[in-house]
Amino acid sequence: MSRQSLTKAHKKITELSWEPTFATPAERYATDYKFDKSPKKDPLKQVLRSYFPMEEEKDNRVYGAMDGAIRGNMFRQVQQRWMEWQKLFLSIIPFPEISAARAMPMSIGAVPNPQIHNGLAVQMIDEVRHSTIQMNLKRLYMNHYIDPAGFDISEKAFSNCYAGTIGRQFGEGFITGDAITAANVYLTVVAETAFTNTLFVAMPSEAAANGDYLLPTVFHSVQSDESRHISNGYSILLMALADEDNRQLLERDLRYAWWNNHCVVDAAIGTFIEYGTKDRRKDRESYAEMWRRWIYDDYYRSYLIPLEKYGLVIPHDLVEEAWNRIWNKGYVHKVAQFFSTGWPVNYWRIDGMTDDDFEWFESKYPGWYNQYGKWWEAYNRLRHPNGHKPIAFEDVGYQYPQRCWTCMVPCLVREDIVCDEVDGQWRTYCSETCHWTDAVAFRPEYQGRPTPSMGRLTGKREWETMYHNWDLADIITDLGYVRDDGKTLIPQPHLDLDDPKKLWTLDDVRGLPFPSPNVTLNEMSDAEREQYIADYKVHPNRTP
Amino acid sequence: MSTPPTTSGTRDFPKPEFTDAEAGALEFPSSNSRSYNYFTPARMRASMYEDVTVDVQPDPDRHLLQGWIYAFADGQAGYPKEWTELRSSDWHTFLDPNGEWEQTIYRNNAGAVRQVQNNLTNAKAGGAYAKWGKGWTEFVAHHVGAWMHAEHGLGMHVFIAIQRSAATNMINNAMSVNGAHKLRFAQDLALYNLDLSETIEDFDGAVHREVWQSEDVWQSVRENVERLTAIQDWAEALFATNVIFESLVGELFRSELVMQIAARNGDYTTPTIMGVGENDYSRDLSYTRALLTMLVTDETHGAHNIETLERWTERWLPVSLAAARSLQPLWSQPAERVIRFEDSLDRAKDRLRGILADLRLTEPKELVS
Ligand SMILES: [Fe+2]
Ligand SMILES: [Fe+2]
Ligand SMILES: [Zn+2]
Repeated sequence: MSRQSLTKAHKKITELSWEPTFATPAERYATDYKFDKSPKKDPLKQVLRSYFPMEEEKDNRVYGAMDGAIRGNMFRQVQQRWMEWQKLFLSIIPFPEISAARAMPMSIGAVPNPQIHNGLAVQMIDEVRHSTIQMNLKRLYMNHYIDPAGFDISEKAFSNCYAGTIGRQFGEGFITGDAITAANVYLTVVAETAFTNTLFVAMPSEAAANGDYLLPTVFHSVQSDESRHISNGYSILLMALADEDNRQLLERDLRYAWWNNHCVVDAAIGTFIEYGTKDRRKDRESYAEMWRRWIYDDYYRSYLIPLEKYGLVIPHDLVEEAWNRIWNKGYVHKVAQFFSTGWPVNYWRIDGMTDDDFEWFESKYPGWYNQYGKWWEAYNRLRHPNGHKPIAFEDVGYQYPQRCWTCMVPCLVREDIVCDEVDGQWRTYCSETCHWTDAVAFRPEYQGRPTPSMGRLTGKREWETMYHNWDLADIITDLGYVRDDGKTLIPQPHLDLDDPKKLWTLDDVRGLPFPSPNVTLNEMSDAEREQYIADYKVHPNRTP
Repeated sequence: MSTPPTTSGTRDFPKPEFTDAEAGALEFPSSNSRSYNYFTPARMRASMYEDVTVDVQPDPDRHLLQGWIYAFADGQAGYPKEWTELRSSDWHTFLDPNGEWEQTIYRNNAGAVRQVQNNLTNAKAGGAYAKWGKGWTEFVAHHVGAWMHAEHGLGMHVFIAIQRSAATNMINNAMSVNGAHKLRFAQDLALYNLDLSETIEDFDGAVHREVWQSEDVWQSVRENVERLTAIQDWAEALFATNVIFESLVGELFRSELVMQIAARNGDYTTPTIMGVGENDYSRDLSYTRALLTMLVTDETHGAHNIETLERWTERWLPVSLAAARSLQPLWSQPAERVIRFEDSLDRAKDRLRGILADLRLTEPKELVS
């Protein structure tokens, strides 16, 4: 369609909506935001007559590439180190995608603007596309990659693994609670606008470097829909800004959404990119470098800061602190180390780091070896079952961490842990902001103002509580992370498939009780707990 | 605060490396485990549709170990089963008979768009509109025009609204696709209207809004549509729209009226466009029937579901019958009229009676001809 006819077509379809007089659409999702004073701001023009053929064309290219990859034996060149992390990533991401589709009526109900409704409706269809096209990519991996175990249990594992639960915030956060907090600020203004760049641009380039050119094909195709979504969200944001009373809520929600996205997305994508790659050329950008470019420069400086002209206070301090965690506090390294400590309760294998990796890390993150090097040497030493226990149960100077009640990533920057009694329970948080999110933000009142629509943090948020002091072998059996011989584990702390003796079985992990740090914490006396937290903060967690 | 060293120059691409990470390269436990093993497929092998759809929306009744981690202010979380009065022993049994996923959505809708475009191009090139009389031109501008609003309202405020609500991904995806159909068809009609106003000299391309908003014949239909958007219970909205309203009003207008009389008025184009909408509806009715059939045959909850659907029928049948009857004057408007309203309505009632009987619901007295 020509630009001129697209403009005319778009103008025509704006005639479709009308002001109802007999009854108005059911109000399903409440919000504390107000839009009645807002002038209408419109997103990019979107007409289904051109949308469907355009997307079909994009799909044809994706399916062409998939056929080509199989005919070209792509899997003879993919790195297992990389593919194993896809078992985690591709188990999580279809849920956020479909949740984004489900979030659309929440914004539609809240924002009185038919132009935005149209844009959001098209986004709903996009998101169904994204979810199912990603499931299909995973299916292809399961069919053609050497080790299908972990892909085969994908959505179940997503539902019962601690790592899946962390990822699930990036999804449930879109669809539950105050409609605008969830479907606009958390989903679009932060997740899509800030973080899809690392997800869908940085991830693919790393995949390609590891011999996988299908992930780039699918995710670039997904990402090409994203500018329309960002435009939808920005229009809603501008409308919200028109009412002074919304500022306080926007400021609250930007703080929550920014920090939670940082905690969750940087943990996962940072780990995939830094620890899932075999590409150790010195001119490869580190995750920190990518973050600086995509998130700090492109998002923070070019998108967030300009919002100040509307009188909005933006969370400068939290942007700087996220960067500080990544660059100075080793956030990504500590998360990768935690995933690897916990390997027996994963559903993917984790390759150890070698001298080549050490050298690269040291050059990109000076001081890396001093903090993490010896631990990875221990990980390698303990990788095959040889009468010893998995690394988490051997004394290598690593203390298993408390979990953050809010973001559910453990409190890995140990000096930052916050411990507080909230809702009658002692809880730990990875940071001040995660404490604030639970104790202050997700409450029916905020700074003296009623916020009756605000959501709640709920669920059994500490994964370890589910299996407090169970035998590790029983936990793994209950999770279903066992291969089809009934005894070999899906997870392994190495990539060696050539010799069955190198593979851990249930017998190798039996007799190891796995206590919940939170249950233990709540059993302590006040004095014990204070001492424990003081020690926690200074524990070096360094392998001697 | 320090910043990282920046990488200079362009990145050379890493050299491909032979890894032999291909299926079958080695034998080991699970080396042949190449199907999703967390759900039971309907047949021996899972379909592509099942693989990309089942369990993507988790459920504490299935594998979700820690429960939903966010709740609404009232404590409800995730996809509460209480969001409809209907009950199921296992909502996950429902599979969309259309098997809609990414590829089918774009193939079908792009196909529909192309079909409409081709028809319009051919009609224009062949001077097809020249044969239209004044009365018919007006009928298309006013009434075919008015119908676009019904489709749009139902798409946006019934189907897109309720696809957040159901207990499984299979149900929600089917309702999303239904929403996409309705919006696309509404736009098909709007752009057809635009085309006509650019081609036919005295075609009034603006009047449809006024007709829909205030002309008598359409007010009961608009009322019905608006009331459908106001239903809280997602399954009631689905039933009252796809079973009751669509049978008595949607098909009555699209198939029994427009498609029957257009050709007699020298119009071969409008029926092809309406036909595309009818085709969407037959797919949408098909998943709706499959879902409701599963619910009324549920061993534990079947009786409760039948009783509920009967109650909903009592509530919505009069509304849609009134809407249908209010359209009656349209049957006497076009110059060439050879069908009687009562015959058309009888056929619509017959179809509805058939659907309700298949669903084991007692025949409502209003449908006895
Ligand atoms: Fe998406
Ligand atoms: Fe998106
Ligand atoms: Zn946290």
